[in-house]
Amino acid sequence: MSSDIRFTDFKSDKQPTWCPGCGDFGTMNGMMKALAETGNDPDNTFVVAGIGCSGKIGTYMHSYALHGVHGRALPVGTGVKMARPDIEVMVAGGDGDGYSIGAGHFVHAVRRNVDMTYVVMDNRIYGLTKGQASPTSREDFETSTSPEGPKQPPVNPHALALASGATFIAQSFSSDALRHQEIIQKAVEHDGFGFVNVYSPCVTFNDVDTYDYFRDTLVDLKEEDHDPTSREDAKDVILDSEKEYQGIIYQDEDSVPYHEQHGVDEDMSVIPDGAPEGATDLVREFY
Amino acid sequence: MAADFNWAVGGEAGDGIDSTGKIFAQALSRAGRHVFTSKDFASRIRGGYTAYKVRTSVDKVQSVVDRLDVLIALTPRTIEENLDELHEGSVIIYDGERTTMQDVEIPDEMIGIDVPLKRLAEEAGGAIMRNVVALGAACEVAEFPIENLDSALEKRFKDKGQKLVDNNKEAARAGQSFVAEEYDHEFDYDLETTDEDYVLLNGDEAIGMGAIAAGCRFYAGYPITPATDVMTYLTGRIERYGGHVVQAEDELSAINMALGAARGGARSMTATSGPGIDLMTETFGLIATSETPLVICNVMRSGPSTGMPTKQEQGDLNQMLYGGHGEVPRFVLAPTTIAECFWKTVEAFNLAEKYQLPVYLTADLSMAVTEQTFTPDTFDMDEVEVDRGFVVDEADIDGHMSESGGFQPHEITDDGISPRAFPGTADGAHMSTGLEHDEQGRRTEDTDMRVAQVDKRNRKVETAREREDWGPREFGDEDADALVITWGSNEGALAEAIDLLEEDDLAVRVLSVPYIFPRPDLTEDVEAADDVIVVECNERGQFANLVEHDVLARVDRINKYNGVRFKADELADEIKETLEAGVEA
Repeated sequence: MSSDIRFTDFKSDKQPTWCPGCGDFGTMNGMMKALAETGNDPDNTFVVAGIGCSGKIGTYMHSYALHGVHGRALPVGTGVKMARPDIEVMVAGGDGDGYSIGAGHFVHAVRRNVDMTYVVMDNRIYGLTKGQASPTSREDFETSTSPEGPKQPPVNPHALALASGATFIAQSFSSDALRHQEIIQKAVEHDGFGFVNVYSPCVTFNDVDTYDYFRDTLVDLKEEDHDPTSREDAKDVILDSEKEYQGIIYQDEDSVPYHEQHGVDEDMSVIPDGAPEGATDLVREFY
Repeated sequence: MAADFNWAVGGEAGDGIDSTGKIFAQALSRAGRHVFTSKDFASRIRGGYTAYKVRTSVDKVQSVVDRLDVLIALTPRTIEENLDELHEGSVIIYDGERTTMQDVEIPDEMIGIDVPLKRLAEEAGGAIMRNVVALGAACEVAEFPIENLDSALEKRFKDKGQKLVDNNKEAARAGQSFVAEEYDHEFDYDLETTDEDYVLLNGDEAIGMGAIAAGCRFYAGYPITPATDVMTYLTGRIERYGGHVVQAEDELSAINMALGAARGGARSMTATSGPGIDLMTETFGLIATSETPLVICNVMRSGPSTGMPTKQEQGDLNQMLYGGHGEVPRFVLAPTTIAECFWKTVEAFNLAEKYQLPVYLTADLSMAVTEQTFTPDTFDMDEVEVDRGFVVDEADIDGHMSESGGFQPHEITDDGISPRAFPGTADGAHMSTGLEHDEQGRRTEDTDMRVAQVDKRNRKVETAREREDWGPREFGDEDADALVITWGSNEGALAEAIDLLEEDDLAVRVLSVPYIFPRPDLTEDVEAADDVIVVECNERGQFANLVEHDVLARVDRINKYNGVRFKADELADEIKETLEAGVEA
C-alpha cells in the first residue's frame, strides 16, 4: 500500500449530520487515523456500519463500505473478511446495535475471533430516535420510555466478551483523541477480533454520561498496575462497577484468528469462468 | 415400461433405517437399475416410525407409487403404517425373535418371512449388522445378485476397515442363505441388472454440487430440516475448491454473512427453510437495494410456523414473491427435478450476478430428501458456464466515475445494470446501503434520484425478461385439449401420471414451470386448452392464482397439503376425475 496515505483520505465528501459536539466525530477521527497509521488505504478497507447515529459513519468515511440492517453489522463484517482475508475490515455501530438487537451476534463474533476491528460508539442512549434507554443506560436513567429509569442493570459488554473467549478487549473515550487513536490502532493490529467500546457522549439526550463526567472519572489502565495479558486482571477491571476505565483491558498475545484456524486464506472473488478444476470428482462420489 | 419393484425398510428412529435403505438403493444403482427413493420420517432422534422406501426399475423412475412389494419391518408399527401400500403377495421380512415382533400378525394374503436377524448378525460379528442380514434376505426374495450389495457395503464401510466390510458381507449372506434354505417359495420378483452406470443423489446434494460448480466459495447457514443437507454436503467439499462454510448463530446472521462475502466479491449463498426465510426477509430489501448478488435457497417444508417440519409442502411461494417491506426486485427459481436442482443453482448464480439482485432458489422437502439415479453426463461439468456480469477492474473503472471522482456502483444505465467493483480495486471505494442512494451509493432523499434509482432497479428485471429464457418444460401430448400446469418437484409424478392416463386414452399436455418470477406468459397455452388444471402441494393454490392473474381466466386446481407428496397413480386418478367433472359441468 502507498505510504503517502493520510487520514483525510478516509473522509468522504459528505458532511456529517451529527449534532455539533457529538462524540462520534472524535470516534471517527480516531478510526480514520488508526487505519492510515496502520498502512491501509480506502481501496483495501471495508467498513461495516449498523443503524442509528453511529451507523452514519459509513457515509462519512471513504472506503468500501456497507451500511446494513440494524444489529447485523458483525455478521456482514465476518462474511467480508472470510471472502477477502486481504481486506482490512472495521465494523462500527452503537450500543443499541451491538448490545441490544445485535447482542447475539456480538457473543458469537467474539467466539469466532475473526480478524477485524469492532468499534462500539457507546453513548448510553438511543439518540436518533430522540432519547430512549439503551442497553448501557444506567438503572436510574430517566428517559421518555423509562420515566423512572430502566430499573435493570446495564449490559456489561466487556464481561460478555471475556466470558465468550475474547482475545482483545479495550475501552476508549472519543474526546481523548490521541489515546483513543492509539487504542483503536492496537485493535486493528491485533490478530483476531479487536473489540473497543468507545465512550462517545451524546450531547443532546444524555445529560448524565457527559464529557465532563468521563473526564472526571476515567482511569487510564496505562497508569495502573494492570497486566493486559492477565485474564484475572481483566476480570477485576471489568467487574469493577465503581470506576470507568480506558485502555487495553485484555489482550491474548497468542491469539490465532479464525482464518488461520480454518485455513481460509484465499481471495474468494477470483473464480474460473467454468466449473472449478476437479469438479467432476464431485459427480464420481455419487456412483 | 418394465415392471417396477417397490421396497422399504422401516422401524424406529435410531434403528439405522436411513443408512440401511441407502445401502440398498446404492446396490441397485450400481447394478445399473434406476432408483427413486423416499422417506417417511419424524422430527425426533429416537423412537416413533421412520421408513426408507425404494422404487426401482430398469427404466427411469421419477415418482413414488402407492404400492409396496417387499417390506423389512423392524417394528409392528411399520406394518400398520404401510397396510394401504402392501398388497396380496407382498413379502414382509421380520425378526420373530425380537420381543416386540413375537406376536406380530402378518396379514393373510401376504407372505411373512421370519428371519432371526439379530442372532444371525451376532454370529457374523455383531448385532449391529441385523439390518444388513435383512438386506441379504431381501436380495434372496427379489432374486437380486448379492454381489451388488457387496459393492455398496464396501462404499459404506471401507473407511472403517476391511474386517468390518467382510463381516457385513458375511451378515448379508447369512440372511440370504437363511431365506434360501428355510423358505421354499417362488417369489415373483427378478431384479435384473444392466451395464449402465448411474449416480445416485438427492436434491440438496444436487444444489450443493451446483453451487461448487458455479464457483460459489462462501456458504453461511443455520441447520434446519430439510435444508441442512446442503450445508452438510458443502462442508468438507467446498474447501477443496477454495471455499468455506460457516455455521452461523442464526439465520439473521447467516444471510448477513453471505451478504458480506458477496460484497467482498465472492459467489455466496445461504440455504434454509420457511422459518429461516422469515428471519432472512429482514435483510432481503438491503440485498436488493444495495444491488448485491446473492443466492438464497429455500427448501420448503410444511408450515405455517413450525408446521410439520418433516413433511412436504409448497407453501412459501407468496412469501418468496412478496416477502419484505417496500417493493423489492427479485428472481424466484424453482427447479422441477433433482438434476435441475444442479443446473438451476448454476443459473441462479449467473442471474444473481448479471442482474445484481437476490435470487430465491426453491426446492421442497420431497425433492431434498429424495435420491434419484441419473447418468453421470447429466452433470457434465464442461457445460457449466460462469457469467459474472458487469464487473470493472482498475483498467476500465475510469469510465464509471462521477464528476467529483467517485465510483458509481448505481450508475443510471439503459438496461439498469451498473458496474461492480470488488474491494481492493483502486479508485473503486464506495458505500452500499439500504438507504435510498445516488449513483455513488450516498444517501439521498432527492425526489428525482429516488425515482431514477427505483426505475433503474426495476429496469434490470425487464432487461432480464428480454434477455433470458424463462420458458416452461413441456411434455405429454402437445395437441391435447387438457393442459396440466405445475411447478417445482411435482414434475416427476406428473410425468408418470400422464403415461398412466395415456393407457386410459386420455391425452394431456404438461407445462412444468421452473421460473416463478419472472415467469413464462402462459396466456396462449391456457386459451388453447379446453381444460386447465394447476397441480401443487399447498391449499391456496398460490401458483394457480398467479396463472389466473396472468391470463385472466379461471383454472381448475389439484391441491395436496396433507404433508405427503403427489404419487403418480394417485395423481393420474385425480386428473382423470377433475377432467371428467369438467366435462359434466
